[in-house]
Amino acid sequence: MSSLSPPVKKLWWNEPIHKSELLWISLVFVWGLVMTFMMPYWHVVGKQNLGTETYKTTPADFQQATQAFVDKFTVRNEGPRNHPVVAPPAGGDVYMLGRLWDWWPIVQLKKGETYRFHLSSLDWQHGFSLQPANINIQVVPNYEHVFSLTPTEAGEYSVICNEYCGIGHHLMIGKILVVE
Amino acid sequence: MVNTTQMLNKVFRTCPDTGLTFHGPAENLIKANAVAAVVFLLVGGIFGLLVGLTRWQAVHLLGAEDFYMVLTAHGLNVLIFWMIFFEIAVLYFCSSVLLGCRIATPRWAWAGFVLMVVGAIMNNVVVLQGNASVMMTSYAPMEAPPLFYLSLILFAVGALIGCFVFFGTLVVAKNDRTYEGSLPLVTFGAMTAAIIAVFTIVSGAIILIPTFLWSVGIVGEIDALAYRLIWWAFGHSSQQINVAAHVSVWYAIAAILFGARPLSEKVSRTAFLMYILFLQIASAHHLLVDPGVSSNFKMFNTSYAMYLAVMASMVHGLTVPGSIEAAQRAKGHRAGLFTWLRKAPWGNPTFSGMFISLVGFGFLGGITGVVMGAEQINLLIHNTLYVPGHFHATVVVGSTLAFMALTYWLVPVLFRREIIFKGLARWQPYLFGLGMSGVSLFLMGAGTLGVPRRHWDIGFAGTGGITHEFPAAAYTMLALNGMSVIVAVIGGAAFCVIIVGSLLFGRKLGDQKMDVPWIAAPVTEEEYNANGGSAFAIPGTVVLAMIFFISFALYYFINWKYLAETWGIS
Amino acid sequence: MSEQDPGESGPVPMMQKLLDNPFLLLFIGVASPALLYLVWGIMEIVTIPVK
Ligand code: HEM
Ligand SMILES: [Cu+2]
Ligand SMILES: [Cu+2]
Repeated sequence: MSSLSPPVKKLWWNEPIHKSELLWISLVFVWGLVMTFMMPYWHVVGKQNLGTETYKTTPADFQQATQAFVDKFTVRNEGPRNHPVVAPPAGGDVYMLGRLWDWWPIVQLKKGETYRFHLSSLDWQHGFSLQPANINIQVVPNYEHVFSLTPTEAGEYSVICNEYCGIGHHLMIGKILVVE
Repeated sequence: MVNTTQMLNKVFRTCPDTGLTFHGPAENLIKANAVAAVVFLLVGGIFGLLVGLTRWQAVHLLGAEDFYMVLTAHGLNVLIFWMIFFEIAVLYFCSSVLLGCRIATPRWAWAGFVLMVVGAIMNNVVVLQGNASVMMTSYAPMEAPPLFYLSLILFAVGALIGCFVFFGTLVVAKNDRTYEGSLPLVTFGAMTAAIIAVFTIVSGAIILIPTFLWSVGIVGEIDALAYRLIWWAFGHSSQQINVAAHVSVWYAIAAILFGARPLSEKVSRTAFLMYILFLQIASAHHLLVDPGVSSNFKMFNTSYAMYLAVMASMVHGLTVPGSIEAAQRAKGHRAGLFTWLRKAPWGNPTFSGMFISLVGFGFLGGITGVVMGAEQINLLIHNTLYVPGHFHATVVVGSTLAFMALTYWLVPVLFRREIIFKGLARWQPYLFGLGMSGVSLFLMGAGTLGVPRRHWDIGFAGTGGITHEFPAAAYTMLALNGMSVIVAVIGGAAFCVIIVGSLLFGRKLGDQKMDVPWIAAPVTEEEYNANGGSAFAIPGTVVLAMIFFISFALYYFINWKYLAETWGIS
Repeated sequence: MSEQDPGESGPVPMMQKLLDNPFLLLFIGVASPALLYLVWGIMEIVTIPVK
């Protein structure tokens, strides 16, 4: 009788379990508890916990809010797409929108300050991939996702789209600048 | 009465090599589904080659439009069509053949098969026409032509019929009393796969039918977030069908080659129960960086409720090689820790394929999957190439190679033809396993460096000057991936050539027994007991398991450390 | 086998009865993820506030 046939013993539930199997089961059970513990633990002590604050919005509303943000804090225009570079006050709100095939506007942040990001899409789904910091967030139309970001190092960062969004997907790139 | 019995007997045959009983209609259905599976693997594999060579930036084979089209076709052909056709074949085998009974409602089963074939062909036609390059996920509100969704719905309905034929066959076997006691473990595992498949397909229907109606203009809007939630109940659970199915195949191969029995029926079946209860909720690990779903939802579901389903996989990971070790020791390979493993038939592709599948699935696929499924760690790799790297280890090195291994054994049994090119077959699992492990590792390496998945040009040549400079190592990873792709494709093509060639040109076996024994006699109680008192001592496997555990724990904590180095986010 | 062998006689334990019942398992396997994942998830999405 192998695994291809019915169990040898009719009441197989009553069969004893060998100790090496028991040892392994206990070990992986405890390991499961450790991994279960790690996530809430990181919520308490870790600095990387993506907030889940979210509002229903519309592309028009979100575009308007982003436009208002741009109008208020633009410091200059720059780059091949002549995008506004927007420098909000430390600790302030930041709006960034994804659309086919662009991130808008360019944002300039101060190292070590914490900003409240508002992120949404005007059309399809996009992927906010901040490089080389390697932070990746899904961007979904009709939902405004609000979370805080704290840059830890100065430099020029790219926002790459890493959710496939049609034929121009690989053209979708934006910038976040971090200054001292 | 006598008449019907005679008629029934006519449609049964007993395989001279394995002693298994085949019900004619079941046998034909198994053959048809398995052949369709291999055809779609071949098609999808060719697309995989084109994708891999395009992502090798120095080669950059296809243009952007073709690349996205071919990538869509690759995902659908291999992940959906190859896997599910083969799994339907496995379901029919594990019910009708292992239980030695007739298959329930063969006409319905054929109807299901036809729907699946029509759906799969239609899908390929729609995708290759070029305006359905939406990836297999087809995230709304990106829109595909209605026939794209319809083809998937047809395929899914066909597969659902297959699942119910499987459950019907369990009932037939029970009523006809073709077995005594509980289901064989392998059948129980197949049943686990079928249960998960039902949930999968129902979820697919819940999301694809409204999306289809939306594409023809009957429904006004599809909520993008709800689409993601429900689509992943379908898309992720279907991966869990693969896991449950390939674990059953592992147990089956251990029984076929070694006559092994489970170390403990209770433990192995309880592990499958954990799959039934908790595997599917991990669909949430696709939503870990999504807006709108709470951290509680994310943590509970991504952890399979306290990692109980992960525990189940780790238990199978111990008990499958453990049952082989116990059987080998019972048959006399008792010296040292690993004689049992050294004496295994490494030249038999059924064994080598299965064992590489087991190790690759565990070390490469399993560890990385659990690590990136931690809510916060997911921030680092979501939608990077790390993700395809991970699942080429699970669904290709794991499931696909396990299915290939079983196929080598099935061809002579089902088709009564000998395998051709035995020398090549010896090497095929190593080529494919090695190549695919390379694909998996190098994609993961690129992903760790931030390289996005499904992306035609990480050099950003067309953006008019806005670029991002990935480290040189990222380009190296993509080049190494391209080379591994070539090795893997040679291995995959070798499989298709051997199998199709054997079906067409293999020596006909008829009622003759083969020269080599094709199924091992089950290890007897006496043999087990002869193994120095403790019937199921498995020291070698325990050592391997500990190595696995230590790698897992190290890699897990390294990633938390890596996470701690990036920007603050809350 | 002797009468006392626990593998051969006596009442079938609860858990074994459960594991021997494909349709009960099918029900649990569909209902549990439907509740824990689909229903819970949809509830969260429909209760997202409008700004
Ligand atoms: C010789 C065979 C194969 C090669 C060379 C190959 C290679 C690749 C490559 C390079 C990617 C692209 C990653 C990206 O740019 O995002 C990919 C994607 C993928 N592969 Fe494979 N693969 C092969 C076989 C398979 C098999 C057998 C399966 C499933 C059973 C599979 C499932 C997938 C899926 C689901 C995707 C993702 C498609 C998407 O993003 O929508 N592959 N493959
Ligand atoms: Cu995009
Ligand atoms: Cu994109």
